[in-house]
Amino acid sequence: MITLQPLRWGKPYESMELKDVVHFDTGEPIARFGSVGGGIVARDMKRAGNARKALLQHSPDELLSMCKKAAELFESADLPVGDSTQSVDQFVHQQSASTGLPEHMCRSNMKKNGFVLANMEEILQCLTRGLDLSILSRGYGDEGRGVTVSYQAQTPILGAVLPNNSPGVHTLWLPAIPLQVGLALKPGSQEPWTPYRMVSAFIEAGVPREAFGLYPGGHDAGGAIMTKTPRSMIFGSAQTVAQHAGNPKVQAHGPGWSKVILCDDVVDDWELYLDMMVESVLSNSGRSCINCSGIWASRHTREISQAIAERIGSVDVLPPTDPGAQLAAFTVPAMATGTYAMVEQDLAESGVTDMTADYGEKLIEKEHCAYLRPMVVHADSPERGVAMKEYMFPFVSVVECPQAEMLRRIGPTLVGTVLTRDESFIEAAGACTEIDRLNVGPIPTNRLNWLQPHEGNIIDFLFRSRAYQVAELPVGATA
Amino acid sequence: MSSAQTSISEQVAAAASAARGRLNEHTLKTVHWHFSDETGSPFWLEKKRELNFDPLSDVKSFDDLKKFPLFEDEWLRGGPVDRWVPKGHAGKPVYVFETGGTTGIPKSRMVIEDHWKDYELFSETLPDEHFPRGANWLMLGPSGPRRLRLAVEHLAQHRDGMCFCIDLDPRWVVKLIKKGWMEHLEEYKKHCIDQAVTVLTAGHNIQCMFATPKLLESLGDALEDRGTSLQEVGIKGIFSGGTEFTPQWTRFCVEELLGGPVEEGGVFMTPTYGNTLMGLACSKPITAADEYKISYYAPQPRAVTEVVEFEDYNQVVGYGQTGRVKLYTLTDEFFVPGFMERDEGEREAPFDTYPWDGVSGVRPFHEIASGTTVGVY
Repeated sequence: MITLQPLRWGKPYESMELKDVVHFDTGEPIARFGSVGGGIVARDMKRAGNARKALLQHSPDELLSMCKKAAELFESADLPVGDSTQSVDQFVHQQSASTGLPEHMCRSNMKKNGFVLANMEEILQCLTRGLDLSILSRGYGDEGRGVTVSYQAQTPILGAVLPNNSPGVHTLWLPAIPLQVGLALKPGSQEPWTPYRMVSAFIEAGVPREAFGLYPGGHDAGGAIMTKTPRSMIFGSAQTVAQHAGNPKVQAHGPGWSKVILCDDVVDDWELYLDMMVESVLSNSGRSCINCSGIWASRHTREISQAIAERIGSVDVLPPTDPGAQLAAFTVPAMATGTYAMVEQDLAESGVTDMTADYGEKLIEKEHCAYLRPMVVHADSPERGVAMKEYMFPFVSVVECPQAEMLRRIGPTLVGTVLTRDESFIEAAGACTEIDRLNVGPIPTNRLNWLQPHEGNIIDFLFRSRAYQVAELPVGATA
Repeated sequence: MSSAQTSISEQVAAAASAARGRLNEHTLKTVHWHFSDETGSPFWLEKKRELNFDPLSDVKSFDDLKKFPLFEDEWLRGGPVDRWVPKGHAGKPVYVFETGGTTGIPKSRMVIEDHWKDYELFSETLPDEHFPRGANWLMLGPSGPRRLRLAVEHLAQHRDGMCFCIDLDPRWVVKLIKKGWMEHLEEYKKHCIDQAVTVLTAGHNIQCMFATPKLLESLGDALEDRGTSLQEVGIKGIFSGGTEFTPQWTRFCVEELLGGPVEEGGVFMTPTYGNTLMGLACSKPITAADEYKISYYAPQPRAVTEVVEFEDYNQVVGYGQTGRVKLYTLTDEFFVPGFMERDEGEREAPFDTYPWDGVSGVRPFHEIASGTTVGVY
């Protein structure tokens, strides 16, 4: 059985506190990981400067080449992970076994992470608006306009408290390395796989191992990362996001409440967009913040919800190895029962209709895990509570709302796909601060263009643009 | 958790048997004190009427305490607290110590001299080399209506020293955590540590201290930030406690906070285990060779710990087996005939220093662990 031990700035630490990672369906241990407490993390954070120093030994161009190489290794090589050598297939089996994600989804998340890493040069070029990365490295420089520009790194490392069950989010911390910022990561207890394999790939590709800290542990370890690093990201619930709102040191990622909006000029042709809507709801088992949880239109909402229900209502539980598996398990069964109880509460409200009611039981309870089968709900008004809900399974509410009220009522929307030719609405959507990523046209909410920033630009998060003036010193008499 | 001490030599077995005899005798005496009309407390005399047995005639040994229902700490919530004072101690000055109380009514325990006696016994286990007599102490833990704060002060005085304390309101800490005000929590922690650093660097000859694990970590960090260390400010011995005091945490402290193993000049540290109900249990000496294993032994016969089955709290588990920790307090001030602690661990065999059962690997009871809030202290 593979054992993953903490990594303290590149050095493995033999933890005495080993915890099991168990198979979601059988409950059998499949791996062990050693954990650390907040004291060890806090201590290491004092030496965070060394991580950046090690990275500064390599130019951004060299690090970008290493990223390319790391991407290749991550996606294809046998890599040292913990006390074992891990093949791609083993990685996929292990990740699926602990997270409950079907294997083909693990592979597609792996591909997504690999893609971002392989294309880091283009991504950074876009995120920096073409800035020469040596300016970030040196702290200042001239872009050729005769004006000094300066970007000061706000932290030697990026801390991250990573989620348990969403292997796709790891794309967000990958840019730190070519930006010469070290990483202190607390892997999720059920998904240590991506961070460990990614760090191994980076090291094998030549990135200095001193740049990496991996700190599996409890809340204590996560808390220490958050409080001791000048810049960190955390993934959690709406409550977690609210807790860190307005804190410039923390980038908090939570529910997305992503939506598709059909405007009056195109809604009569809603069938043209059915595939796009189904993909937005169902992909990755509806687990991501970029999955669509709300479809808003002023009419045809019953037909739209009925049609989506016909497409996804019958999706059933399949073994994780089945290439057709569309549903991920809830590895903590109580989360599924709790979620379902909330859904039942939503359905009790007048004006809310379960359009998937005819497709059988939704809550499937097994001995060690549970599943929730897809649900499509119709809401006759944005007043209904369900209009603002997002759950960790394929769940969408189709909301009837006059177009004139939509942007005022949609609430926070990580990805907003707007379907219209109405220029004034497009302009208004562009100005609507509730929408983070705006898609104009039939782009599924789950398809992200990585050349654009996601929930804030990581460059702005890690660096601060500031003034840097230089003048020659006068020559003194003693010179 | 399979490295528990399970074998007992003949010599230890004999000592254990003698200790059991003393415990039985002490139990009998304690039960008679608490259930006699002349000496017992109003609470237990009232409780006696609800029992389906007569404690005065039916309790003949320690095992007979299992006839009592489990002690419920909820009984300690609210007044009048006088109902707990044994008539035999009427007229003596009484302390009231509290636990909980972040919201609602705290649990109160009356004490007359138990905290002094418990810490005087504990004092006998402290090596003078690392806790020099006459040296002053720092109490880096909760203040307010806490038994620990006065007990540590008494310990210092008992060892001919004085005790410096800080202001630390644990109820505010729990509120900060529940509100998610983590920045405030950090600032409050800094406020506490600043007080400690100020006292430690003010020339008070402080060589000994009590600290909770989290505060000890923070103090070590704060001193390092100021270019010094626990050793350099003169600390020679520390005692600490709580379920966070794990073997790994001990190793971390020894290797990274306390200047190395004590044999190589590092600061001495010893764990304790206890609460307001029981007093405190001491640990077997901890060594790297024994993988920093921590085994606690209660100050029998004044208090007893058992490790019992999760399904049957009257059934002790086998040596090395895991179970829930059950506490008994048998003093003439306070009587607890079996209280289920919020911890679990492995049953340890008696050994020559403590010829009775111990408990190792103490950690939050798995069924309630997720609800436990561990804050600054």
